[in-house]
Amino acid sequence: MAKTLYDNKIVQWIDTRLPVFTFIRHALQEYPTPKNLNFLWNTGSLAGITLLIMIVSGLTLAMHYSADPKEAFQSVERIMRDVNYGWLIRYIHMNGASFFFIIIYLHIFRGLYYGSYKSPRELLWIIGVLIFIMMMATAFMGYVLPWGQMSLWGAKVITNLFSAIPLVGDTIVHWILGGPTVGGPTLQRFFTLHYLLPFGIVGMVCLHLVALHQFGSNNPLGVECQHPSEQIPFHPYYTIKDLLGLSIYLILFSGVIFFAPNFFGEPENYNPANPLVTPLHIVPEWYFLPFYAILRSIPSKLGGVVMMFGAVFVLFLLPWLDRSKVRSATFRPLYRPLFWAFVLNCLILGWIGGKPPEGYYLIVGRLATAYYFFHFVILLPLLSLFERPKGVPESITAYYDRQKKG
Amino acid sequence: MTDKKKSTVEDKPLFEERRDFLQMVTMAVGGVGAACVLWPFVDSMNPAADTLAESTVEVDISGIPPGEGKTVMWQGSPVFIRHRTPEEILYAQQVPVSDLLDPQSDSDRVKKPEWLVVIGVCTHLGCVPTGQKPTEPRGSYKGWLCPCHGSQFDISGRVCRGPAPLNLPVPPYTFMDDHTIKIGEES
Repeated sequence: MAKTLYDNKIVQWIDTRLPVFTFIRHALQEYPTPKNLNFLWNTGSLAGITLLIMIVSGLTLAMHYSADPKEAFQSVERIMRDVNYGWLIRYIHMNGASFFFIIIYLHIFRGLYYGSYKSPRELLWIIGVLIFIMMMATAFMGYVLPWGQMSLWGAKVITNLFSAIPLVGDTIVHWILGGPTVGGPTLQRFFTLHYLLPFGIVGMVCLHLVALHQFGSNNPLGVECQHPSEQIPFHPYYTIKDLLGLSIYLILFSGVIFFAPNFFGEPENYNPANPLVTPLHIVPEWYFLPFYAILRSIPSKLGGVVMMFGAVFVLFLLPWLDRSKVRSATFRPLYRPLFWAFVLNCLILGWIGGKPPEGYYLIVGRLATAYYFFHFVILLPLLSLFERPKGVPESITAYYDRQKKG
Repeated sequence: MTDKKKSTVEDKPLFEERRDFLQMVTMAVGGVGAACVLWPFVDSMNPAADTLAESTVEVDISGIPPGEGKTVMWQGSPVFIRHRTPEEILYAQQVPVSDLLDPQSDSDRVKKPEWLVVIGVCTHLGCVPTGQKPTEPRGSYKGWLCPCHGSQFDISGRVCRGPAPLNLPVPPYTFMDDHTIKIGEES
């Protein structure tokens, strides 16, 4: 019999029959990790932990929530006032959504900067984009549940997008809503799906990890590890680094929960849903603003919807649009400034998304939308033809030896 | 010189002891922190403030004629209020306590002999016994009969025939005045 790694007899017995302990050991302990990861590599574990926080707080909220249009708003207020620590759990869940997106956006932009989507990690990236889409669907449906004014009208606006589909649009909208307009059946199915999707995300995260561990983490230099000396075991080196990052993250998270719990929220949503009165400015949650800006900057309804979904779906093609063999922006003199231009452009889109679509806002929004797609579809493929990468090291060790010598 | 070397080889080096200590302190603080975070989630499943506020109910008993009763809901369970006749009181008081399955004298179960207040949930498996309405069967002991498994209770709510193991429980209650009682609060 093979030598066992475990002293504990029970652990041994179980592991021989069901190698869960070996699996955990591989994934969280031995997993060989590049020695040069920076703090942006904390975003993965932080996203996973935030997902857990959302599931635990969501489960406890669901025990008190009622998905009936007559009771939904009241049941949320009851959670805030009467349920023991209900205010805390709801503020955790509400702000957890915002923090989840902050972390995920950092995670995505890190991937963009260091070229983590390139061969052989294309599927890892694609699974990530799928998780992002599932997150957006979950967040959108979750925002409907408190049944405030923004919940109702946000749901109306977003579901109406599907009516832009030629011929079958209205039929699809009625099928999604379960009626002629957003109402009781909509609320109930959104609650069901909001409850279900996170577990789908957990499954996708597992696939994400399997794909990650196939070739290991990328690193800030974007060159593969070539020698065991360039790798360190995940535990204790990155567990401790992740814990430090988590501590800082939780301090910021708690700061918002306890001192500015409605910072990310919209006051209008504390008015109960009223199908007869539309709020003056319907704005989605901040994390949807860039996409909302793209939607509104296209004059045609169908065109706007196509472009908005296209803005996410273009990410699926990214591994094949960016043909440069060099991963890290550190060694790509042209890509690096263009990356930051893209980040700035996304921020501009987010700012425009929160403004009424008129005057200069409309013009800026259209330019920014055009640039968004220009970056992916034109710039990236062209760059690989003209750009001369600079100082790409042959290995991680070679790079740091060079740094040492000055 | 040689002595010093020996002691460091045999004992744990100082930095290792320090590391153990730090590790233990970290785990202790982390454990306490995790428990503190866990508590709100556990406590949120306890009855909420508005649920607890519904824990008392005031009942007007002036309209109940002798020999009849009234059923009210208290904390989700039916409470039987029975206005007993002098004969019923006499009967309840004369039953030999030692013969009962769950011995308890009638005077321990009432505040005023003419008013009996018990929780109307059979102590066997939780069915609601019949006998509150004049038309319902009351069993052979003038009280209540459980339709599920045939337990019988006397006019003091005491079990006279199984399978119920215990008497119908008496909830905490207070006479606010001659015709109002408050269930859920002991005076």
